[in-house]
Amino acid sequence: MKKPRLTRPVLLDVQDITRLYGPAKGCEAIDFRLHAGEVLGIVGESGSGKSTLLRVLAGLEAPDAGRVIYRRAVHEPEAARADFHEPEAARAGAGEDVLDKGELERDEAELDLYAVGEARRRALLRLEWGLVHQNPRDGLRMGVSAGANIGERLMAQGQRHYGQLRATGQAWMRQVELDPGRIDDAPRTFSGGMQQRLQIARTLVTRPRLVFMDEPTGGLDVSVQARLLDMLRTLVRSLGLSVVLVTHDLAVARLLAHRLMVMRRGQVVETGLTDQILDDPQHEYTQLLVSSVLTP
Amino acid sequence: MNGYNFAYLDEQTKRMIRRALLKAVAIPGYQVPFGGREMPMPYGWGTGGVQLTASILGADDILKVIDQGADDTTNAVSIRHFFQRVAGVETTTATTAADVIQTRHRIPETPLRSGQILVFQVPIPEPLRFIEPSEQETRLMHALEEYGVMHVKLYEDIARYGHIATTYAYPVKVDGRYVMDPSPIPKFDNPKLDGNPALMLFGAGREKRLYAIPPHTRVESLDFEDHPFEIQRWEHSCALCGSDRSYLDEVITDDKGGRMFVCSDTDYCQTRRGEVA
Repeated sequence: MKKPRLTRPVLLDVQDITRLYGPAKGCEAIDFRLHAGEVLGIVGESGSGKSTLLRVLAGLEAPDAGRVIYRRAVHEPEAARADFHEPEAARAGAGEDVLDKGELERDEAELDLYAVGEARRRALLRLEWGLVHQNPRDGLRMGVSAGANIGERLMAQGQRHYGQLRATGQAWMRQVELDPGRIDDAPRTFSGGMQQRLQIARTLVTRPRLVFMDEPTGGLDVSVQARLLDMLRTLVRSLGLSVVLVTHDLAVARLLAHRLMVMRRGQVVETGLTDQILDDPQHEYTQLLVSSVLTP
Repeated sequence: MNGYNFAYLDEQTKRMIRRALLKAVAIPGYQVPFGGREMPMPYGWGTGGVQLTASILGADDILKVIDQGADDTTNAVSIRHFFQRVAGVETTTATTAADVIQTRHRIPETPLRSGQILVFQVPIPEPLRFIEPSEQETRLMHALEEYGVMHVKLYEDIARYGHIATTYAYPVKVDGRYVMDPSPIPKFDNPKLDGNPALMLFGAGREKRLYAIPPHTRVESLDFEDHPFEIQRWEHSCALCGSDRSYLDEVITDDKGGRMFVCSDTDYCQTRRGEVA
């Protein structure tokens, strides 16, 4: 097997993030880097702060302290840039001089998630990032058809051709192993596993660079889970996605994640390569976690 | 009339509404909150429109009120009488003679001229409401121009019916910025919003929002490249005046299936019949 290059550019630089709802409720002093093309698993028991951390990373909740820096490789062509529109900056920028523009360019290369405006943050989440919720009902619009769900992010980017939207929708349904003939069916007529696939298609349709997943296989039975994991692994590899994956299921982490962070009571207790952590856990909590896995 | 201030509302309220109107004109399509007052009529009968009309009406203005295009329906007649009593202004049914026209559901067929003001009664001012129930969220979406969901609705129409089936309250984009609900006018009237020389004001009494389209403002109806915006067409022409370019109402004349198509704009129809005769 080819070894992964260790010099990949840093995509997400998380510096000392703290978000506490109370003592030991939330996450505290989290510090890590996510490299491009990497899948980082965050594991831990319920209430260990992993979902809070994910919300902070994904720009949904401001941290009490610390910074989240998103680094975009400057030389990399940005597909979404042409369609990217930011009303405030565009309007304010109309009369500004070149100096400010230069500043803007630097901001592009390195972006402090909570220092930039909400407009920028939401645009980022909509265009370059993706978020897969545990419950597909949180990520899907249950009232509109599967095709409209897949097309929504494209329409938000400014695509205005019905035929193309539909063709893209069908192509993505095939990609996530759904029947393209059901493009006009409402998501509520789909099974749980199919809804989750639909949510993944809806998120990946704009080819985000960074995807956050919160227990993507939670609530699915094992055979459905296995197929979904298989599909996810293929997609992550073929699209070169960087993923932050939150899960309590070590088997899921083993299959998908390159690197693991183990959390307990809001703090990271151990971090390292997935196999290393699962085969040779050092911290007592990780040892407990690994030994608690049921094997049939 | 004794016991009432001119045009029913007190002067402070009128000033407050005028200030909000100035803001609305300055930001075309933006919904400005205002302190809506109780009016002597139920919500849903045009309290928003009536408050706007009361605030802009001058003693020598001529007022026209239409409801579904007609001057002689209950809502139009009672609002016209209301202003006759509390403001003593002259009223008319002729579109060309009016300075202020309060309307529900239609824009007159006769082209408006510069200097006229059209006041719309609006039930639900928020075009994003059907997909986003939170007011906080919709305001943010307007602020950030996150209008992708509007097309989700149109996409869904085409997927379900093969064409855009939204026929009234068809969403428009005003001056390339704000997406706006043009109140429940038929989409037949949407092209009349674009570049209209008259000032158009929209008032929602229950929701306490008002917005405006200043004269000669660009107003585009949302659509898809391969499913462009289209207005309704009829195979008939008006049974009374013979017009083939006006918005027609289907009127059932007996219980044996008899029906006729007539202009919904009564003033337009009568003027034409006068000319023809």
